[in-house]
Amino acid sequence: MKGFILSFRSEFYKTRKTMAFWSAIILPFVICLLIFIGFFTHSKQMSSDPGIALWFKFAGAILGVMGSLLLPMLIVFIAYSVNNIEHKSETWKSLFSLPIPKWSIYSAKYAYAFFLIILCLALFLLFTLGFGNLLSVLKPELKFSEYHIESTLSLIYLKLLFSALGVLSIQFLLSLLFRDFLKPMGIGFAATIAGVIAAGSGWQYAYLFPYSHAMLTVKSIHQANMGKGGAVPQLTVDLFTKDIFVSIVVSVAVFVLGYFIVLKKSVK
Amino acid sequence: MVIDTQGLSFHFGSQQVVRSLSLQVPEGSIYGFLGPNGAGKTTTIKLLLNLLKTDQGSIRIFNKDLETNRIAILAQIGSLIEQPAIYGHLSGRENLVNRALLLQVPDSRVDEMLALVHLKEAANKKASKYSLGMKQRLGIALALLPDPKLLILDEPTNGLDPNGIIEVRELLIRLVSKHNKTVFVSSHLLSEVERMATHVGIIDHGELLFQGSIKELQDISQPQVQIETDNTVDAANLLKKQGLAVTEVNDDHLNVAFTSKTQMAEINALLTRNNYPVYSIHKVQKDLEKLFLDITQKA
Repeated sequence: MKGFILSFRSEFYKTRKTMAFWSAIILPFVICLLIFIGFFTHSKQMSSDPGIALWFKFAGAILGVMGSLLLPMLIVFIAYSVNNIEHKSETWKSLFSLPIPKWSIYSAKYAYAFFLIILCLALFLLFTLGFGNLLSVLKPELKFSEYHIESTLSLIYLKLLFSALGVLSIQFLLSLLFRDFLKPMGIGFAATIAGVIAAGSGWQYAYLFPYSHAMLTVKSIHQANMGKGGAVPQLTVDLFTKDIFVSIVVSVAVFVLGYFIVLKKSVK
Repeated sequence: MVIDTQGLSFHFGSQQVVRSLSLQVPEGSIYGFLGPNGAGKTTTIKLLLNLLKTDQGSIRIFNKDLETNRIAILAQIGSLIEQPAIYGHLSGRENLVNRALLLQVPDSRVDEMLALVHLKEAANKKASKYSLGMKQRLGIALALLPDPKLLILDEPTNGLDPNGIIEVRELLIRLVSKHNKTVFVSSHLLSEVERMATHVGIIDHGELLFQGSIKELQDISQPQVQIETDNTVDAANLLKKQGLAVTEVNDDHLNVAFTSKTQMAEINALLTRNNYPVYSIHKVQKDLEKLFLDITQKA
């Protein structure tokens, strides 16, 4: 456990000045800011909307951008970056000749990539809520304060996090195995496009394909809430759907498989 | 023995890189691991660090089996393999701080190491901006950081200027004589190894051709006296008549087996007396190729 904690801290120390780390912070800020500006400049058109609809539009716009393409691509990039830092510096050999169990090094690296995604999604949640509330202060005609979306939105982001796990494990393993940029990024990009198309077109087996999961998550929220025309509008989130189940299973299986590949792999 | 391997073998695909290697590195020695490029030196070092899995044979370090005591053994080894593994986007100091964090070494040790390898002034510069020599010195600092009992260094003087080479050599000698360390250092230069090693292992095509003390190696690699003169053939005949062992004659110089400095002066006087102008006379070491030839012929 000590080796894991030390390795995790070292991962942070190594990446704290790199794009891998900062992209997880800048991306949510920039996207939320852009949508905030959009709402700020078009506030008149939405002044008659009830709070729930406003939140739905605001958070939905951010989620729409995220889920369809950005989240999978961000995962591809983070998984690539945390491994590439060792490929580029030829440091695998020195890392594996330290008196730290290989398991600790491998799992800490994975955990760190996972941590960056948690950080990114948490910031998306925080900035969505923050900018939404800021809008209601700056533009009182926007009735954001009418509705409290915090717990629902937290659940949505938690679901997105689970939906990201499968892709993370696959991309992590690809980036560990291939040192060049094109293979993991190319495969990741192509698979993400395929995933978006599969989920977007409503293919019945899309839930089996990890790269569709983020899109499926976003889509399910839209569908669940668009259909509701009841008197009391309510946002609902079904956390454990079959695609999330597949995502978690794939992630655990590929993570364990990756460890055995690392054990067998000769360090050249 | 600090390192003791028995029948160590390794192959990449169909290519046998290390053949039945039995290394014996005594405690407190500087063991020069000598061989031409591609002889299997780096592969052997990677086997000693458990980076490659042994096909056959066993490795014992500090009298423990490496396979079953990996962590305990690695905790006492500092290593530098091929070109130093350094994070280019971090400064020299940050590279050391990161390693100190992983090994739980106090930060004060980082400054000691920076001073030791003369990188104090460049400590905050990005390591990617370092020259090859500076990178090599940082690599040595990283290896020394945990104050290991055994240092395994793969061609540590690569890319260093003459001053740097002398510094590294003196540092290694000091570590062994004053701090009771053991150093295993690979090189493709016989002269380099002769200047610092107490023990030598010579490897070629993955096979150990020679292993023993530096004295034993010197008995094989007899130095020569190289004489540059006018008429080398006649001069050689003159020396032969005087009972000297001429080992090589070509257009511009001839070689005689070295026995003592006095004898070198006598040769010089003899040639001058007989009107052979001596342009230069000096002691030379056999190069690695000739040494290999001698060793293989004797075996």
